[in-house]
Amino acid sequence: MKRALALAAPLLLAQAEPRLVPDVSQREVRIIYSFTGAELLAFGAIVYPDGRIPGERVDVAVVLKGPVRPIVLREKQQIVGIWMNAESARFRSAPSYYAVASSRPLAELVDARTAAIYELGLDNLQLSPGGGARPEEGRRMEAGLVELMRAQGLYVEDGRGVEITGNVLYRARIPIPAKVPVGDYTAETFLIRNGRVIAGAVKEVRVDKAGFERFVADAAERYSFAYGLAAVALSLLLGWAASAAFRRRGA
Amino acid sequence: MDLYLPVAGVSVNALVIVALGALVGVLSGMFGVGGGFLTTPLLIFYGIPPTVAVASAATQITGASVSGVLAHLRRGSVDVAMGGVLVAGGVLGSVAGGFAFAWLQTLGQIDTAIALLYVVLLGSVGGLMAKEAAGALGFLRTSSGGASPAARNRLVAALPWRRRFRHSGLYISPLAPALLGFVGGMLTVLLGVGGGFLLVPAMIYLLGMSTQVVVGTSLLQILFTTAVTTLVHATTTKSVDIVLAALLLVGGVVGAQYGARFAQRLRPEALRFILALIVLAVAVRMALELGWRPAEIYTVQAL
Repeated sequence: MKRALALAAPLLLAQAEPRLVPDVSQREVRIIYSFTGAELLAFGAIVYPDGRIPGERVDVAVVLKGPVRPIVLREKQQIVGIWMNAESARFRSAPSYYAVASSRPLAELVDARTAAIYELGLDNLQLSPGGGARPEEGRRMEAGLVELMRAQGLYVEDGRGVEITGNVLYRARIPIPAKVPVGDYTAETFLIRNGRVIAGAVKEVRVDKAGFERFVADAAERYSFAYGLAAVALSLLLGWAASAAFRRRGA
Repeated sequence: MDLYLPVAGVSVNALVIVALGALVGVLSGMFGVGGGFLTTPLLIFYGIPPTVAVASAATQITGASVSGVLAHLRRGSVDVAMGGVLVAGGVLGSVAGGFAFAWLQTLGQIDTAIALLYVVLLGSVGGLMAKEAAGALGFLRTSSGGASPAARNRLVAALPWRRRFRHSGLYISPLAPALLGFVGGMLTVLLGVGGGFLLVPAMIYLLGMSTQVVVGTSLLQILFTTAVTTLVHATTTKSVDIVLAALLLVGGVVGAQYGARFAQRLRPEALRFILALIVLAVAVRMALELGWRPAEIYTVQAL
């Protein structure tokens, strides 16, 4: 009996998996007049249950994801010599921003099924395409969306974006472009060993316009008529001021 | 100097936008055009979303036309009654244009529509202008033929409720200028242009207005129509970027003053010829954009 327990002990210990203690450099990304993009640092520690650091390699993947929204994707085709929008596809839940950084390329870390379950990687986004399209056409449109967003810096996949120090500390740099949409973001960290996700943790990040930029964007959205009047008044004033100033100088 | 545009949602170099405004301002001061036909395409080439470019260019034209309207009012070269009719047509046109814009947006064809209209309008107006100016400069021998103005005038004269427009030296139905204003208003909403390049020739050749009051009256119409267009865009597409418009204006109003001075050193025919070449260049650039395979064939629109 004693012997049996002693044999089982390492197994029991192995059941108590390591935990992640994550953090992000900024809880809030503020878009102000000088905003040209930002870099989010996602970092943290891997806490092992018995305090002993195993020699075995662990990997970390960090996913920063913006709010999902329904979109329509249009594809241009050449019609009578003109490139114009022809095909279109709807996606009910396209993330407005998605970045994944990992310590090794995702294909080496997890199999396709695991990647799909945890939505890891640009090929595994759950976009919820609207029905009706033929499968191969749907795939082409999905690939087109990912390519477009990647070109705009809004979808990012970096297979060497996470640095792990001493199997304990990790950090990931995630680029955020200037045209990033506002909203509530989640930064999910996954601890991966032997192709399995053994721990996960989530932090929230808010991206918001601040100061004057926020005031202008809010006014344009909510008080659109007053905003329009203000725009007209401003242009009349500037136009009049310039003509008055130059008339005085000319005279 | 990077600056984030709150409505466009992109970061731009503020100095580039001011310089662009100044360049267009110099040209508009030289040629007496609003310059919207240049501002909007240049903004789109620079990477501003087309809808924001169109809406904010309209706002900028309002400011750019103020000094011209004031100068013409002081000189008495504005037919206020005719201007009122044009403005009334323009307001209706910009509201109708707002619906057309929204409809094209849901179809996903607004960008193509904007580009096509640019190519057709600028190509034909630029071509006619170049031909006329080249003839005046002696580069080209022109025979004054084509559709006889008398036939068109008979069509205008057939419209009911004729009345006298003293300053313009006309006795015509207000429906004709109202229709012109309507077309101008629609173009302002769809293309972000004042429409002066179309209205001025139409007022001279179709209506037969006296040339002394044409420019001032068309500027008055542009001032009011672009102001209404700003309101239409602000409330429907919500894509007027006040920061972008202000940057364009700062460059534009200053540039216009210098442009007016350059203009005095050149012959009017030479000026018209240069303007025609610029107009044609924009049309060709837009046409290439339509015919070439675009770098990005996909676009995303939020629902």
